Amino acid sequence: MITEAIIRPEPICGMETWFPIPAEILETRKENMNTYTYKIRLVDATLRKQYRWAPGQFNMLYVPGIGEAAISISSDSEDPEILEHTIRIVGSVTRAIENMGPGSIIGLRGPFGRGWPLDKIEGRDVVLVAGGIGLAPLRPMVYWLLKHRERYGRVILLFGCRSPDDQLFIDELEQWTQERKIDCLVTVDNATPGWVGPVGVVTDLLQRIRLNADNSTIMVCGPRMLNRAAAWSFLKLHIPEEQVYVSLERNMNCGFGRCGHCQYGSQFVCKDGPVFCFNEIADIFGKEEI
Amino acid sequence: MTKITIDHNTKAILDKKDFARLIKILQEQGYTVIGPHIVDDVVSLRPIDSVKDLPIGYEDEQEKGEYSVKKVDCQSYFQYVVGQDNPRRYFMPPSQRLMSFHVDKKQFVIDQGPPQAPKLAFLGLRACDLASIQIQDRVVGYGVESTFRCESDTYYGETRRQSILIAVNCTRPGNTCFCSSMNTGPKAKENFDIALTELRQSFIVEVGSEKGKKLAQKLPLKEASESDLELAELKLQNAAKHMGRQMETEQVRKLLNNTIEDSHWDKVADKCLSCGNCTMVCPTCFCCTVTDSTDITGTKISRTKEWESCFTHQFSYASGGPQRNTIKGRYRQWMRHKLCTWWDQFGSSGCVGCGRCITWCPVGIDITEEVETLRQSNKSLLNSNNLQEVTT
Repeated sequence: MITEAIIRPEPICGMETWFPIPAEILETRKENMNTYTYKIRLVDATLRKQYRWAPGQFNMLYVPGIGEAAISISSDSEDPEILEHTIRIVGSVTRAIENMGPGSIIGLRGPFGRGWPLDKIEGRDVVLVAGGIGLAPLRPMVYWLLKHRERYGRVILLFGCRSPDDQLFIDELEQWTQERKIDCLVTVDNATPGWVGPVGVVTDLLQRIRLNADNSTIMVCGPRMLNRAAAWSFLKLHIPEEQVYVSLERNMNCGFGRCGHCQYGSQFVCKDGPVFCFNEIADIFGKEEI
Repeated sequence: MTKITIDHNTKAILDKKDFARLIKILQEQGYTVIGPHIVDDVVSLRPIDSVKDLPIGYEDEQEKGEYSVKKVDCQSYFQYVVGQDNPRRYFMPPSQRLMSFHVDKKQFVIDQGPPQAPKLAFLGLRACDLASIQIQDRVVGYGVESTFRCESDTYYGETRRQSILIAVNCTRPGNTCFCSSMNTGPKAKENFDIALTELRQSFIVEVGSEKGKKLAQKLPLKEASESDLELAELKLQNAAKHMGRQMETEQVRKLLNNTIEDSHWDKVADKCLSCGNCTMVCPTCFCCTVTDSTDITGTKISRTKEWESCFTHQFSYASGGPQRNTIKGRYRQWMRHKLCTWWDQFGSSGCVGCGRCITWCPVGIDITEEVETLRQSNKSLLNSNNLQEVTT
């Protein structure tokens, strides 16, 4: 039984003060040139036991004196005491995190937002579509589907990135491919010597799979243009709007719908999303600068 | 003088010569009185000590991009409307420390929390401002049962609970006012403790709450005659008819939901400087950013919450760049939020019709004109049924 508490666990930090709780970095792993995965654990043992999260949710990670950034959780939601965040180094906060190693203390608030629709996919085929760092918020979904494999139909992961060197979770991608519990297809925009897989954008992979349009749920996470291209491609294949889910990225400051930064039309991406069903945003999805 | 009984909705007379008593009583009860006061040639909402601090005998003139205040030959206390200050500066200050702390043995040790909530008496709030406070209440969840402690439980909530709201009904609306269009004024309808209507020698005092009743009982009030009440009512009806601006709100959500790609936004963008003045003077804007600062050693850290404006680039900046890179996108976001998406988020309009954004826009962009232009050029759209329907 998928309860509300599983789909949307509540944040454990004090919201009134926007005050993060300390967490310790246990391990860092380099994924590619500018992306790292950080394994962290809450310092407070009681809070650690209370902390629950769902695939697709995010934390506000905090570097004291620098600031916060919204980062999705990329590990296994059924092992909530150890949290992984896969971070691409792009801004001041992520750059500061890059300089931290095991033993360093960062802050955390969360988990925030509405994640993937775990309660609506029982018995269905699930297609995960990721572009670049967008694989990070979908990785917990892969773990979930693998753990409860018998509850779902076919599971397909379509992953596109710029080049073979830009892949994330390379060992796992290989493992998932070999285990054959899910169909895992990776494409690159630019091949390098040694690459034998497909070349092209992630939507090109749709030609290689056969979809059961009546029984498939699609989950997309990537850059804005990929989200659009992918969502529209599936609609063209007669997947109904209510079976297409997209995770969006916005500037976030509070995480609970108060600071206003992440507004997307009527939606606060931080609390109403980041995962949206296509029909919730259909009227503004194709428009610029919303 | 016959002693009269004061109850909810009582209307009574307070002589102008006794107005000082009102301020005195508030001060004796430990309130800091916040009232209209001229600062840098603008009627602002600031702490006042006595009746002398009020701009008695002053009138303001407002137009788009223009504001002036001048002494006129009268002894009216409240012959001006709102200036650039708005009440949110007291409930959610423009810049406020959330806490300062240091890191010690894997713990964040708090050195200082947020400042203590003040006990404020607002004197002379207008109906639009009262409505804006109710809107902010909904934004922070004040008065809503929640499993979480949020702002409504801390500074905002404390300040709100401790404060007393004394409204003044507008009998001389400004040139940029359109509260009657937004159904928020010129008469204070709710959310006040006491509301005053100014007559020549006195005020009609209306009690709006238990807190207001207790205060009114301490005032030397007299029974209001039928003619006094009638005069006050006439003045307010007259004010409602003389708004400097109007906004047609019928189907405005439908209009704004279906004109996202209208070419008119480019014309507004040509004028707009993206300075953010409208967001700073707007009483319902709530966006904010929390920033970190440290002492020179980098060990003592403060987190500060500051007002933010959706007209800045960094407001929507994410890893791929700003979501709203053009002024067109940012102005459209602001206006659609106020008049359209606010309904979906908080169940009301985000505009109270105070007109501040019109007066304080350095290039004179007028939200009522922009709505009207969009409406005129999309008349056929509004009449057709071939539109995205808006629920409610």
